[in-house]
Amino acid sequence: MDALLHQVLAGLATGGIYASLALALVMIYHATHLVNFAQGEMAMFTTCIAWSLIDAGMPYWPAFFLTVFFGFVLGVLIERILIRPVERANVLGVVVVFIGLLVILNSVAGWIYTYTIKSFPSPFPQQPILGIRYISAHELGAIGVTLAVLALLYVFFRFTPLGLAMRAAAQNPESSRLVGIRVGWTLALGWGLAAAVGAVAGMMVAPIVYLDPNMMSGILLYAFAAALLGGIDSPGGAVLGGFAVGVLENVLGAFVIGNELKLAVALVLIVGVLLVKPSGLFGRVYVTRV
Amino acid sequence: MLLEVSGLHAAYGATRVIHGISFAMEEKAITALLGANGAGKTTTLRALCGMVKTEGEIRFGGERIDGRSTEDIARLGIAHVPDGRGTFLNLTTEENLRLGAYTRKDRAAVAADLERVYGYFPRLKERRAQQAGTLSGGEQQMLAVSRALMLAPKLMLLDEPSFGLAPVLVRELFEILRAINARERVALLLVEQNAAMALDLADRAYLIETGRMVLAGPADELKRDHGVRRAYLGY
Repeated sequence: MDALLHQVLAGLATGGIYASLALALVMIYHATHLVNFAQGEMAMFTTCIAWSLIDAGMPYWPAFFLTVFFGFVLGVLIERILIRPVERANVLGVVVVFIGLLVILNSVAGWIYTYTIKSFPSPFPQQPILGIRYISAHELGAIGVTLAVLALLYVFFRFTPLGLAMRAAAQNPESSRLVGIRVGWTLALGWGLAAAVGAVAGMMVAPIVYLDPNMMSGILLYAFAAALLGGIDSPGGAVLGGFAVGVLENVLGAFVIGNELKLAVALVLIVGVLLVKPSGLFGRVYVTRV
Repeated sequence: MLLEVSGLHAAYGATRVIHGISFAMEEKAITALLGANGAGKTTTLRALCGMVKTEGEIRFGGERIDGRSTEDIARLGIAHVPDGRGTFLNLTTEENLRLGAYTRKDRAAVAADLERVYGYFPRLKERRAQQAGTLSGGEQQMLAVSRALMLAPKLMLLDEPSFGLAPVLVRELFEILRAINARERVALLLVEQNAAMALDLADRAYLIETGRMVLAGPADELKRDHGVRRAYLGY
């Protein structure tokens, strides 16, 4: 029982990381109806920037927020420079651009920062908080940060005119232009926000898995599973899906299938969700009169 | 003049649809564009909003707007009720209406306009929290007109507002359009296949055939014209 509790808590901790990356995936999906395969590398790249800032002597939190801002700018630039020209291309064309972006970011990070593994600091204390033995302070903190990001995004999309305009532009660009929304910029903004959320995920995961250009490859797969499980268009679902995938992966890995097959859990989940309930647990099934 | 169009050409790729039409509208006027299917009525409205490639001159309030982006033209005060209604299907009725007022900064006036719009269309108020995709065709048409109204426009372009509506609803909608024109001081440019209803509402009308303006004049005169009567009014 003790061991199970430990695994569940550890699962929640990694789940928080999957959740924030899944959140970033959902945001791009909202804006473009496509899944951004480069999301993990974008997060890794911004985390490298954070590492440089901290290495240069900047305190953690200023470096954190500066990195989130850099992430935002990076996302906007990627949309403007790389995605805009293929806006009207077919889905496969855009997916190829995503994969190209993944490889480029990975190589550029390797070129600048080398492939050696670096440790990345955590802003949270070394000792467990509140005497909880099973979960480290950093893991608990990462969960808290994920939930805070989710709450911020929820408020933004639900209650601000700009958030509403972004939802509108994503689903009906032509009507959006007719009411005066600058659709091109809302898409760029969506990319910026997603990259900023990804930057947070990167900085939260780096202290656990260490920083190197390939640190996000496995995590992205779990994030895909999380986003699909929760419903690819539901930010809350993605977060819940993230925690569920984290726990499932950990418990199954520890007691059922062994650690070697853990990644298969993500794949089985992806295929299973697509087969049984493609809209995910919380994705809305839209009804339309024709 | 509120709107002056001269020598307007429009094309979809290589297919030319409009061949040099000219017309003008006064402030608060109601103008009808009549014509058969494929005559270029919808394209004319889309050309005014920068949604197709055009040549020629379009002036709105004296300012040239041809070549400007659709969102800029909307911000100048031209609201378009598009072909197919343009509903944001996954958003609620009220979110659709709030989007109509997206470019306006005067929050108090927007809130007042929302209530006024609900006054014109009480059905929409009943369904304010409902997903707009589940509204009936008639309700979505009302929503499209309301969304356009929320822009507080000087000119409203209406593309086939009667399309797909039961006759009783069409009459009701046209009565509301007349009231909106009188009370909100907004000019209406109406594209319609229902020529009889359109000519009753409009004070001026133009007849378009295969991308050319073939007849123009006060609505009463067009109603009495033999050609128009035979071809479009059916008597």
